[in-house]
Amino acid sequence: MTPFGGYDMPVQYPLGILKEHLWTRDHAGLFDVSHMGPAWLDLVDKSGDGDADHRAVAALVEPLVSGDIVGLKPGQLRYTLLLNQAGGICDDLVIGRPAARDQQGRLYIVVNAGTKDGDFALIAASAGDRARLKRADDHALMALQGPAAADTLEAVWPGICAMAFMTFATRDLAGHNVTVARCGYTGEDGFEILAPAQMGELLWNRLLADPRVQPVGLGARDSLRLEAGLPLYGHDIDATTSPYEAGLAFAVSKRRLKSADFPGAVRLTGEQSGRLTRVRVGLRGLAGAPAREGAAITDGAGEAIGVVTSGGFSPTIGGPIAMGYVPPMFSAVGTRLCLIVRGKSQPAEVVALPFVPHRYVRQPAKF
Amino acid sequence: MRFSKDHEWVELADDIATIGITAYAAQQLGDVVFVELPAVGKTVTAGEEMAVVESVKAASDVFAPISGIVTHANDALSDNPQTVNDAPEHAGWFVKVQVSDPRQVEVMMDRAAYEAYLATL
Repeated sequence: MTPFGGYDMPVQYPLGILKEHLWTRDHAGLFDVSHMGPAWLDLVDKSGDGDADHRAVAALVEPLVSGDIVGLKPGQLRYTLLLNQAGGICDDLVIGRPAARDQQGRLYIVVNAGTKDGDFALIAASAGDRARLKRADDHALMALQGPAAADTLEAVWPGICAMAFMTFATRDLAGHNVTVARCGYTGEDGFEILAPAQMGELLWNRLLADPRVQPVGLGARDSLRLEAGLPLYGHDIDATTSPYEAGLAFAVSKRRLKSADFPGAVRLTGEQSGRLTRVRVGLRGLAGAPAREGAAITDGAGEAIGVVTSGGFSPTIGGPIAMGYVPPMFSAVGTRLCLIVRGKSQPAEVVALPFVPHRYVRQPAKF
Repeated sequence: MRFSKDHEWVELADDIATIGITAYAAQQLGDVVFVELPAVGKTVTAGEEMAVVESVKAASDVFAPISGIVTHANDALSDNPQTVNDAPEHAGWFVKVQVSDPRQVEVMMDRAAYEAYLATL
Protein backbone atom coordinates (compact mmCIF):
# COMPACT_ATOMS: atom_id res chain seq x y z
CA MET A 1 0.00 0.00 0.00
CA THR A 2 1.17 3.55 -0.67
CA PRO A 3 -0.25 7.03 0.03
CA PHE A 4 -1.59 8.69 -3.15
CA GLY A 5 -3.64 11.88 -3.32
CA GLY A 6 -4.67 11.48 0.32
CA TYR A 7 -5.69 7.82 -0.12
CA ASP A 8 -4.04 4.55 0.82
CA MET A 9 -3.69 2.70 -2.49
CA PRO A 10 -2.42 -0.76 -3.39
CA VAL A 11 0.71 -0.54 -5.58
CA GLN A 12 0.10 -4.10 -6.67
CA TYR A 13 -2.06 -7.16 -6.04
CA PRO A 14 -0.64 -10.69 -5.67
CA LEU A 15 -0.02 -10.98 -9.43
CA GLY A 16 2.60 -8.18 -9.29
CA ILE A 17 3.02 -5.06 -11.44
CA LEU A 18 4.51 -6.74 -14.52
CA LYS A 19 1.88 -9.48 -14.84
CA GLU A 20 -0.96 -7.10 -13.94
CA HIS A 21 0.21 -4.79 -16.71
CA LEU A 22 0.42 -7.54 -19.35
CA TRP A 23 -2.88 -9.05 -18.18
CA THR A 24 -4.61 -5.71 -18.80
CA ARG A 25 -3.17 -5.51 -22.33
CA ASP A 26 -4.23 -9.12 -23.07
CA HIS A 27 -7.49 -9.53 -21.10
CA ALA A 28 -9.04 -7.09 -18.60
CA GLY A 29 -7.72 -5.34 -15.51
CA LEU A 30 -9.94 -4.01 -12.73
CA PHE A 31 -8.74 -0.81 -11.01
CA ASP A 32 -10.17 0.81 -7.89
CA VAL A 33 -10.01 4.51 -8.79
CA SER A 34 -12.33 5.71 -6.02
CA HIS A 35 -9.67 8.27 -5.06
CA MET A 36 -10.58 10.33 -8.11
CA GLY A 37 -13.05 13.21 -7.98
CA PRO A 38 -16.40 12.53 -9.66
CA ALA A 39 -19.14 15.16 -9.29
CA TRP A 40 -22.39 16.36 -10.79
CA LEU A 41 -23.16 19.97 -11.64
CA ASP A 42 -26.91 20.65 -11.76
CA LEU A 43 -28.55 23.76 -13.15
CA VAL A 44 -30.90 25.21 -10.51
CA ASP A 45 -33.56 26.82 -12.71
CA LYS A 46 -34.28 24.46 -15.57
CA SER A 47 -36.41 25.65 -18.48
CA GLY A 48 -37.40 22.15 -19.56
CA ASP A 49 -35.82 22.71 -22.98
CA GLY A 50 -33.01 20.13 -22.90
CA ASP A 51 -30.67 21.89 -25.31
CA ALA A 52 -31.17 25.29 -23.65
CA ASP A 53 -30.59 23.79 -20.19
CA HIS A 54 -27.42 22.07 -21.38
CA ARG A 55 -26.15 25.31 -22.92
CA ALA A 56 -26.87 27.14 -19.66
CA VAL A 57 -24.99 24.71 -17.41
CA ALA A 58 -22.12 24.30 -19.90
CA ALA A 59 -21.71 28.08 -20.08
CA LEU A 60 -20.99 28.10 -16.33
CA VAL A 61 -18.00 25.75 -16.73
CA GLU A 62 -16.62 26.85 -20.09
CA PRO A 63 -14.91 30.01 -18.76
CA LEU A 64 -12.59 27.71 -16.74
CA VAL A 65 -11.62 25.17 -19.40
CA SER A 66 -10.17 24.98 -22.91
CA GLY A 67 -12.74 22.59 -24.37
CA ASP A 68 -16.08 22.86 -26.13
CA ILE A 69 -18.57 21.94 -23.40
CA VAL A 70 -21.61 23.68 -24.92
CA GLY A 71 -21.14 21.56 -28.05
CA LEU A 72 -21.31 18.19 -26.22
CA LYS A 73 -23.91 15.84 -27.66
CA PRO A 74 -26.23 13.95 -25.28
CA GLY A 75 -24.24 11.09 -23.74
CA GLN A 76 -20.86 12.46 -24.84
CA LEU A 77 -17.76 12.76 -22.63
CA ARG A 78 -14.85 15.06 -23.35
CA TYR A 79 -11.28 15.24 -21.99
CA THR A 80 -10.53 18.86 -21.20
CA LEU A 81 -8.18 21.10 -19.19
CA LEU A 82 -8.71 23.53 -16.34
CA LEU A 83 -6.37 26.44 -17.01
CA ASN A 84 -4.90 29.25 -14.91
CA GLN A 85 -4.50 32.88 -16.02
CA ALA A 86 -1.00 32.11 -17.30
CA GLY A 87 -2.31 29.34 -19.56
CA GLY A 88 -0.86 26.63 -17.30
CA ILE A 89 -2.82 23.48 -16.54
CA CYS A 90 -4.61 23.37 -13.12
CA ASP A 91 -5.87 19.88 -13.88
CA ASP A 92 -6.95 17.55 -16.64
CA LEU A 93 -10.49 16.26 -16.33
CA VAL A 94 -13.44 14.71 -18.10
CA ILE A 95 -16.79 16.46 -18.55
CA GLY A 96 -19.89 14.74 -19.90
CA ARG A 97 -23.47 15.57 -20.89
CA PRO A 98 -26.03 12.95 -19.82
CA ALA A 99 -27.98 11.17 -22.55
CA ALA A 100 -31.36 11.05 -20.81
CA ARG A 101 -33.89 13.71 -21.75
CA ASP A 102 -34.80 14.34 -18.08
CA GLN A 103 -31.11 14.79 -17.15
CA GLN A 104 -30.36 17.83 -19.33
CA GLY A 105 -28.93 20.82 -17.50
CA ARG A 106 -26.57 18.45 -15.69
CA LEU A 107 -22.84 17.78 -16.24
CA TYR A 108 -20.80 14.79 -15.12
CA ILE A 109 -17.32 15.86 -14.06
CA VAL A 110 -14.34 13.67 -13.06
CA VAL A 111 -11.16 15.35 -11.80
CA ASN A 112 -7.88 14.06 -10.32
CA ALA A 113 -7.55 13.01 -6.68
CA GLY A 114 -4.77 15.40 -5.67
CA THR A 115 -6.44 18.47 -7.19
CA LYS A 116 -10.10 17.90 -6.45
CA ASP A 117 -10.60 20.42 -3.64
CA GLY A 118 -9.14 23.24 -5.75
CA ASP A 119 -10.97 22.14 -8.89
CA PHE A 120 -14.34 21.86 -7.17
CA ALA A 121 -13.86 25.27 -5.51
CA LEU A 122 -13.21 26.83 -8.94
CA ILE A 123 -16.23 25.16 -10.50
CA ALA A 124 -18.54 25.98 -7.58
CA ALA A 125 -17.41 29.62 -7.62
CA SER A 126 -17.98 29.89 -11.36
CA ALA A 127 -21.43 28.30 -11.03
CA GLY A 128 -22.44 30.68 -8.22
CA ASP A 129 -26.08 30.17 -7.30
CA ARG A 130 -27.07 29.16 -10.82
CA ALA A 131 -25.90 25.55 -10.48
CA ARG A 132 -25.21 23.19 -7.59
CA LEU A 133 -22.07 21.06 -7.45
CA LYS A 134 -22.72 17.67 -5.90
CA ARG A 135 -19.48 15.82 -5.15
CA ALA A 136 -19.64 12.07 -5.63
CA ASP A 137 -16.18 11.23 -4.31
CA ASP A 138 -17.90 9.27 -1.52
CA HIS A 139 -18.91 6.81 -4.29
CA ALA A 140 -16.98 3.79 -5.54
CA LEU A 141 -15.29 4.40 -8.91
CA MET A 142 -13.82 1.44 -10.76
CA ALA A 143 -12.11 1.14 -14.12
CA LEU A 144 -12.30 -2.05 -16.16
CA GLN A 145 -9.70 -1.84 -18.92
CA GLY A 146 -8.48 -4.13 -21.67
CA PRO A 147 -9.64 -5.99 -24.77
CA ALA A 148 -11.95 -8.28 -22.72
CA ALA A 149 -13.55 -5.39 -20.79
CA ALA A 150 -16.53 -4.96 -23.11
CA ASP A 151 -17.42 -8.67 -23.21
CA THR A 152 -17.09 -8.89 -19.44
CA LEU A 153 -19.38 -5.95 -18.88
CA GLU A 154 -21.82 -7.18 -21.52
CA ALA A 155 -22.55 -10.12 -19.20
CA VAL A 156 -23.47 -7.66 -16.42
CA TRP A 157 -25.35 -5.13 -18.57
CA PRO A 158 -26.47 -6.59 -21.93
CA GLY A 159 -26.16 -4.01 -24.70
CA ILE A 160 -23.25 -2.13 -23.10
CA CYS A 161 -20.99 -3.08 -26.05
CA ALA A 162 -23.02 -0.74 -28.27
CA MET A 163 -21.65 2.30 -26.40
CA ALA A 164 -19.00 4.29 -28.27
CA PHE A 165 -15.72 5.37 -26.66
CA MET A 166 -16.09 8.67 -24.72
CA THR A 167 -19.79 8.24 -24.05
CA PHE A 168 -21.58 7.41 -20.78
CA ALA A 169 -24.94 6.09 -19.63
CA THR A 170 -26.90 5.11 -16.53
CA ARG A 171 -27.43 1.42 -15.72
CA ASP A 172 -29.05 -0.51 -12.87
CA LEU A 173 -27.06 -2.50 -10.30
CA ALA A 174 -29.26 -4.36 -7.80
CA GLY A 175 -31.76 -1.50 -7.73
CA HIS A 176 -29.17 1.29 -7.66
CA ASN A 177 -28.26 3.69 -10.44
CA VAL A 178 -24.68 3.40 -11.63
CA THR A 179 -22.92 5.56 -14.21
CA VAL A 180 -21.01 3.63 -16.86
CA ALA A 181 -18.55 5.60 -19.01
CA ARG A 182 -16.64 4.03 -21.89
CA CYS A 183 -13.25 5.61 -21.27
CA GLY A 184 -10.06 5.06 -19.34
CA TYR A 185 -6.40 5.90 -19.03
CA THR A 186 -4.54 2.80 -20.18
CA GLY A 187 -4.75 3.14 -23.97
CA GLU A 188 -7.09 0.15 -24.03
CA ASP A 189 -10.82 0.00 -24.61
CA GLY A 190 -12.54 0.08 -21.25
CA PHE A 191 -15.09 1.49 -18.86
CA GLU A 192 -15.25 3.51 -15.67
CA ILE A 193 -18.16 2.73 -13.36
CA LEU A 194 -19.44 5.04 -10.63
CA ALA A 195 -21.58 3.31 -8.00
CA PRO A 196 -22.84 4.19 -4.51
CA ALA A 197 -20.23 3.18 -1.92
CA GLN A 198 -22.40 0.39 -0.47
CA MET A 199 -22.51 -1.21 -3.93
CA GLY A 200 -18.74 -1.04 -4.38
CA GLU A 201 -17.89 -4.45 -2.95
CA LEU A 202 -20.70 -6.17 -4.84
CA LEU A 203 -19.60 -4.61 -8.14
CA TRP A 204 -15.89 -5.35 -7.51
CA ASN A 205 -16.60 -9.00 -6.67
CA ARG A 206 -19.04 -9.43 -9.54
CA LEU A 207 -16.50 -8.16 -12.08
CA LEU A 208 -13.67 -10.19 -10.53
CA ALA A 209 -15.78 -13.34 -10.74
CA ASP A 210 -15.12 -13.30 -14.50
CA PRO A 211 -11.95 -15.32 -15.16
CA ARG A 212 -10.84 -12.73 -17.74
CA VAL A 213 -10.54 -10.09 -15.00
CA GLN A 214 -7.65 -9.56 -12.54
CA PRO A 215 -7.29 -6.74 -9.99
CA VAL A 216 -4.60 -4.22 -10.96
CA GLY A 217 -2.84 -1.74 -8.65
CA LEU A 218 -1.37 1.73 -8.94
CA GLY A 219 1.99 0.45 -10.22
CA ALA A 220 0.61 -1.06 -13.42
CA ARG A 221 -1.87 1.81 -13.80
CA ASP A 222 1.18 4.08 -14.06
CA SER A 223 3.11 1.88 -16.49
CA LEU A 224 0.01 1.40 -18.68
CA ARG A 225 -0.71 5.13 -18.96
CA LEU A 226 2.99 5.80 -19.60
CA GLU A 227 3.04 3.33 -22.51
CA ALA A 228 -0.14 4.99 -23.79
CA GLY A 229 1.70 8.36 -23.73
CA LEU A 230 -0.94 9.84 -21.42
CA PRO A 231 0.27 12.61 -19.08
CA LEU A 232 -0.06 12.25 -15.31
CA TYR A 233 -1.07 15.47 -13.59
CA GLY A 234 1.57 16.81 -11.20
CA HIS A 235 4.28 14.96 -13.15
CA ASP A 236 3.98 15.39 -16.94
CA ILE A 237 1.71 18.42 -16.74
CA ASP A 238 1.35 21.06 -14.02
CA ALA A 239 0.48 24.72 -13.43
CA THR A 240 3.44 25.83 -15.58
CA THR A 241 2.87 23.64 -18.65
CA SER A 242 0.47 24.73 -21.36
CA PRO A 243 -1.72 22.44 -23.47
CA TYR A 244 0.49 23.01 -26.55
CA GLU A 245 3.73 22.30 -24.70
CA ALA A 246 2.13 19.13 -23.37
CA GLY A 247 0.98 17.98 -26.83
CA LEU A 248 -2.67 18.33 -25.78
CA ALA A 249 -3.76 20.64 -28.62
CA PHE A 250 -6.73 18.33 -29.24
CA ALA A 251 -8.12 19.48 -25.86
CA VAL A 252 -8.22 23.12 -27.00
CA SER A 253 -11.43 23.87 -28.88
CA LYS A 254 -10.98 25.89 -32.11
CA ARG A 255 -14.13 27.84 -31.32
CA ARG A 256 -12.90 28.65 -27.81
CA LEU A 257 -9.46 29.68 -29.08
CA LYS A 258 -11.06 31.99 -31.67
CA SER A 259 -13.19 33.71 -29.05
CA ALA A 260 -10.28 33.62 -26.51
CA ASP A 261 -12.80 33.38 -23.67
CA PHE A 262 -10.87 31.23 -21.16
CA PRO A 263 -7.90 31.76 -18.81
CA GLY A 264 -4.53 31.95 -20.53
CA ALA A 265 -6.05 32.30 -24.01
CA VAL A 266 -3.41 34.90 -24.94
CA ARG A 267 -0.53 32.49 -24.30
CA LEU A 268 -2.32 29.69 -26.11
CA THR A 269 -2.99 31.84 -29.17
CA GLY A 270 0.73 32.63 -29.39
CA GLU A 271 1.79 29.03 -28.86
CA GLN A 272 -0.68 27.71 -31.38
CA SER A 273 1.14 29.68 -34.07
CA GLY A 274 4.39 27.93 -33.09
CA ARG A 275 5.94 30.08 -30.37
CA LEU A 276 6.98 27.25 -28.04
CA THR A 277 10.11 26.93 -25.90
CA ARG A 278 9.58 23.28 -24.90
CA VAL A 279 7.43 20.35 -25.92
CA ARG A 280 6.61 16.97 -24.42
CA VAL A 281 8.30 14.08 -26.23
CA GLY A 282 8.49 10.32 -25.93
CA LEU A 283 11.95 8.83 -25.37
CA ARG A 284 13.00 5.25 -25.91
CA GLY A 285 16.04 4.25 -23.89
CA LEU A 286 18.50 2.41 -26.17
CA ALA A 287 20.63 0.96 -23.35
CA GLY A 288 20.93 0.93 -19.61
CA ALA A 289 18.55 1.48 -16.73
CA PRO A 290 15.18 3.22 -17.04
CA ALA A 291 15.34 6.99 -16.46
CA ARG A 292 12.84 8.11 -13.83
CA GLU A 293 11.15 11.44 -13.14
CA GLY A 294 13.71 14.21 -12.63
CA ALA A 295 16.49 12.66 -14.77
CA ALA A 296 18.26 15.23 -16.95
CA ILE A 297 17.98 15.05 -20.75
CA THR A 298 21.10 16.16 -22.65
CA ASP A 299 21.92 16.63 -26.31
CA GLY A 300 24.71 14.67 -28.00
CA ALA A 301 27.29 17.18 -26.73
CA GLY A 302 26.23 16.64 -23.11
CA GLU A 303 24.43 19.97 -22.77
CA ALA A 304 21.35 19.76 -20.49
CA ILE A 305 18.26 20.53 -22.58
CA GLY A 306 15.38 19.16 -20.51
CA VAL A 307 14.05 16.89 -17.79
CA VAL A 308 12.25 13.55 -17.68
CA THR A 309 8.74 13.91 -16.21
CA SER A 310 7.92 10.21 -16.05
CA GLY A 311 9.79 7.12 -17.00
CA GLY A 312 10.17 3.46 -16.33
CA PHE A 313 10.34 0.02 -17.80
CA SER A 314 7.76 -0.76 -20.49
CA PRO A 315 6.50 -4.33 -20.03
CA THR A 316 4.95 -4.35 -23.53
CA ILE A 317 8.08 -3.10 -25.32
CA GLY A 318 10.49 -4.82 -22.91
CA GLY A 319 12.73 -1.80 -22.44
CA PRO A 320 12.99 1.64 -20.86
CA ILE A 321 10.67 4.46 -21.94
CA ALA A 322 10.24 8.02 -20.69
CA MET A 323 8.43 11.27 -21.36
CA GLY A 324 9.93 14.69 -20.83
CA TYR A 325 10.22 18.23 -22.13
CA VAL A 326 12.83 19.44 -24.64
CA PRO A 327 13.13 22.52 -26.91
CA PRO A 328 11.25 21.99 -30.21
CA MET A 329 14.54 21.71 -32.20
CA PHE A 330 15.22 18.41 -30.38
CA SER A 331 11.69 17.03 -30.67
CA ALA A 332 11.77 15.39 -34.12
CA VAL A 333 11.25 11.63 -34.11
CA GLY A 334 14.63 9.90 -34.44
CA THR A 335 16.62 12.63 -32.65
CA ARG A 336 19.40 11.04 -30.55
CA LEU A 337 19.56 12.40 -26.99
CA CYS A 338 20.99 11.17 -23.68
CA LEU A 339 19.37 10.51 -20.31
CA ILE A 340 21.44 10.91 -17.16
CA VAL A 341 20.76 8.00 -14.80
CA ARG A 342 22.76 7.97 -11.54
CA GLY A 343 25.47 10.08 -13.13
CA LYS A 344 25.75 7.90 -16.25
CA SER A 345 24.81 9.14 -19.70
CA GLN A 346 22.58 6.65 -21.52
CA PRO A 347 21.58 6.92 -25.18
CA ALA A 348 17.92 7.50 -26.01
CA GLU A 349 15.91 8.32 -29.11
CA VAL A 350 12.87 10.56 -29.56
CA VAL A 351 9.92 8.38 -30.60
CA ALA A 352 6.30 9.14 -31.46
CA LEU A 353 3.70 8.97 -28.69
CA PRO A 354 1.97 6.76 -27.73
CA PHE A 355 4.68 4.13 -27.23
CA VAL A 356 2.02 1.42 -27.51
CA PRO A 357 -0.88 2.10 -29.94
CA HIS A 358 -4.26 3.01 -28.43
CA ARG A 359 -7.02 0.47 -28.99
CA TYR A 360 -10.13 2.52 -28.25
CA VAL A 361 -13.44 1.32 -29.71
CA ARG A 362 -14.65 4.52 -31.33
CA GLN A 363 -17.37 2.94 -33.46
CA PRO A 364 -18.67 -0.27 -31.90
CA ALA A 365 -19.96 -2.99 -34.20
CA LYS A 366 -23.72 -2.86 -34.73
CA PHE A 367 -25.73 -5.70 -33.18
CA MET B 1 25.42 -19.78 2.55
CA ARG B 2 25.55 -16.71 4.80
CA PHE B 3 23.26 -13.69 4.95
CA SER B 4 23.40 -9.94 5.69
CA LYS B 5 20.80 -7.70 7.30
CA ASP B 6 20.62 -5.88 3.94
CA HIS B 7 19.32 -9.14 2.43
CA GLU B 8 22.35 -10.24 0.46
CA TRP B 9 23.63 -13.80 0.49
CA VAL B 10 27.25 -14.94 0.22
CA GLU B 11 28.53 -18.41 -0.61
CA LEU B 12 32.23 -18.98 -0.10
CA ALA B 13 34.32 -21.52 -2.08
CA ASP B 14 38.00 -21.21 -1.22
CA ASP B 15 38.60 -17.47 -1.39
CA ILE B 16 35.90 -16.73 -3.99
CA ALA B 17 32.57 -15.49 -2.64
CA THR B 18 29.44 -15.56 -4.80
CA ILE B 19 27.05 -12.74 -3.88
CA GLY B 20 23.36 -12.22 -4.65
CA ILE B 21 20.17 -10.91 -3.09
CA THR B 22 17.92 -13.15 -1.00
CA ALA B 23 14.54 -14.54 -2.02
CA TYR B 24 13.02 -12.16 0.54
CA ALA B 25 14.69 -9.14 -1.12
CA ALA B 26 13.65 -10.26 -4.60
CA GLN B 27 10.07 -10.71 -3.45
CA GLN B 28 10.06 -7.26 -1.83
CA LEU B 29 11.47 -5.60 -4.95
CA GLY B 30 8.90 -7.10 -7.27
CA ASP B 31 9.62 -7.78 -10.93
CA VAL B 32 13.26 -6.96 -11.63
CA VAL B 33 13.75 -5.25 -15.01
CA PHE B 34 17.39 -4.12 -14.89
CA VAL B 35 20.55 -4.95 -12.96
CA GLU B 36 23.67 -2.78 -12.98
CA LEU B 37 26.75 -4.75 -11.91
CA PRO B 38 30.31 -3.65 -11.09
CA ALA B 39 33.04 -4.25 -13.66
CA VAL B 40 35.43 -7.18 -13.23
CA GLY B 41 38.55 -5.99 -11.41
CA LYS B 42 36.71 -3.40 -9.35
CA THR B 43 37.26 -3.36 -5.60
CA VAL B 44 34.06 -3.48 -3.55
CA THR B 45 33.95 -2.45 0.08
CA ALA B 46 31.68 -3.92 2.75
CA GLY B 47 28.71 -1.64 3.41
CA GLU B 48 29.19 0.41 0.24
CA GLU B 49 27.12 0.42 -2.95
CA MET B 50 28.06 -2.47 -5.20
CA ALA B 51 25.21 -2.78 -7.70
CA VAL B 52 21.83 -1.29 -8.58
CA VAL B 53 18.72 -3.35 -9.12
CA GLU B 54 15.68 -1.81 -10.81
CA SER B 55 12.24 -3.26 -10.41
CA VAL B 56 9.10 -1.96 -12.10
CA LYS B 57 8.59 -0.05 -8.85
CA ALA B 58 11.92 1.70 -8.26
CA ALA B 59 15.71 1.56 -8.30
CA SER B 60 17.43 0.09 -5.22
CA ASP B 61 21.08 0.05 -4.23
CA VAL B 62 22.71 -3.26 -3.40
CA PHE B 63 25.45 -2.95 -0.77
CA ALA B 64 28.52 -5.16 -0.75
CA PRO B 65 28.21 -7.48 2.27
CA ILE B 66 31.98 -8.08 2.24
CA SER B 67 35.11 -6.48 0.77
CA GLY B 68 37.12 -7.87 -2.14
CA ILE B 69 37.89 -7.70 -5.85
CA VAL B 70 35.24 -8.58 -8.47
CA THR B 71 36.35 -11.60 -10.52
CA HIS B 72 33.04 -12.34 -12.32
CA ALA B 73 29.81 -10.45 -12.98
CA ASN B 74 26.66 -12.35 -13.95
CA ASP B 75 26.24 -10.84 -17.42
CA ALA B 76 23.28 -13.14 -18.14
CA LEU B 77 21.22 -10.82 -15.94
CA SER B 78 21.42 -8.00 -18.49
CA ASP B 79 19.35 -10.05 -20.96
CA ASN B 80 17.26 -11.84 -18.33
CA PRO B 81 16.92 -9.66 -15.22
CA GLN B 82 13.83 -11.71 -14.31
CA THR B 83 16.23 -14.48 -13.24
CA VAL B 84 16.72 -12.48 -10.02
CA ASN B 85 13.04 -13.16 -9.22
CA ASP B 86 12.97 -16.71 -10.57
CA ALA B 87 16.12 -18.01 -8.84
CA PRO B 88 17.49 -15.30 -6.53
CA GLU B 89 19.72 -17.65 -4.54
CA HIS B 90 20.96 -19.67 -7.56
CA ALA B 91 21.13 -18.50 -11.20
CA GLY B 92 20.28 -14.95 -10.13
CA TRP B 93 23.68 -14.36 -8.47
CA PHE B 94 25.22 -10.92 -9.04
CA VAL B 95 29.01 -11.13 -8.71
CA LYS B 96 31.90 -13.35 -7.61
CA VAL B 97 34.43 -11.62 -5.42
CA GLN B 98 37.92 -12.64 -4.34
CA VAL B 99 37.77 -11.94 -0.63
CA SER B 100 40.63 -10.42 1.26
CA ASP B 101 39.61 -12.05 4.53
CA PRO B 102 37.30 -15.12 4.57
CA ARG B 103 36.45 -14.45 8.21
CA GLN B 104 34.19 -11.61 6.97
CA VAL B 105 31.83 -14.30 5.73
CA GLU B 106 31.98 -16.52 8.79
CA VAL B 107 30.64 -13.76 11.06
CA MET B 108 27.54 -13.28 8.88
CA MET B 109 24.18 -14.88 9.77
CA ASP B 110 23.52 -18.50 8.85
CA ARG B 111 20.12 -19.39 7.36
CA ALA B 112 18.47 -20.07 10.71
CA ALA B 113 19.66 -16.74 12.10
CA TYR B 114 18.57 -14.92 8.92
CA GLU B 115 15.12 -16.49 9.04
CA ALA B 116 14.83 -15.50 12.70
CA TYR B 117 15.85 -11.96 11.65
CA LEU B 118 13.19 -11.91 8.88
CA ALA B 119 10.57 -12.90 11.45
CA THR B 120 11.34 -9.68 13.36
CA LEU B 121 10.70 -7.42 10.32
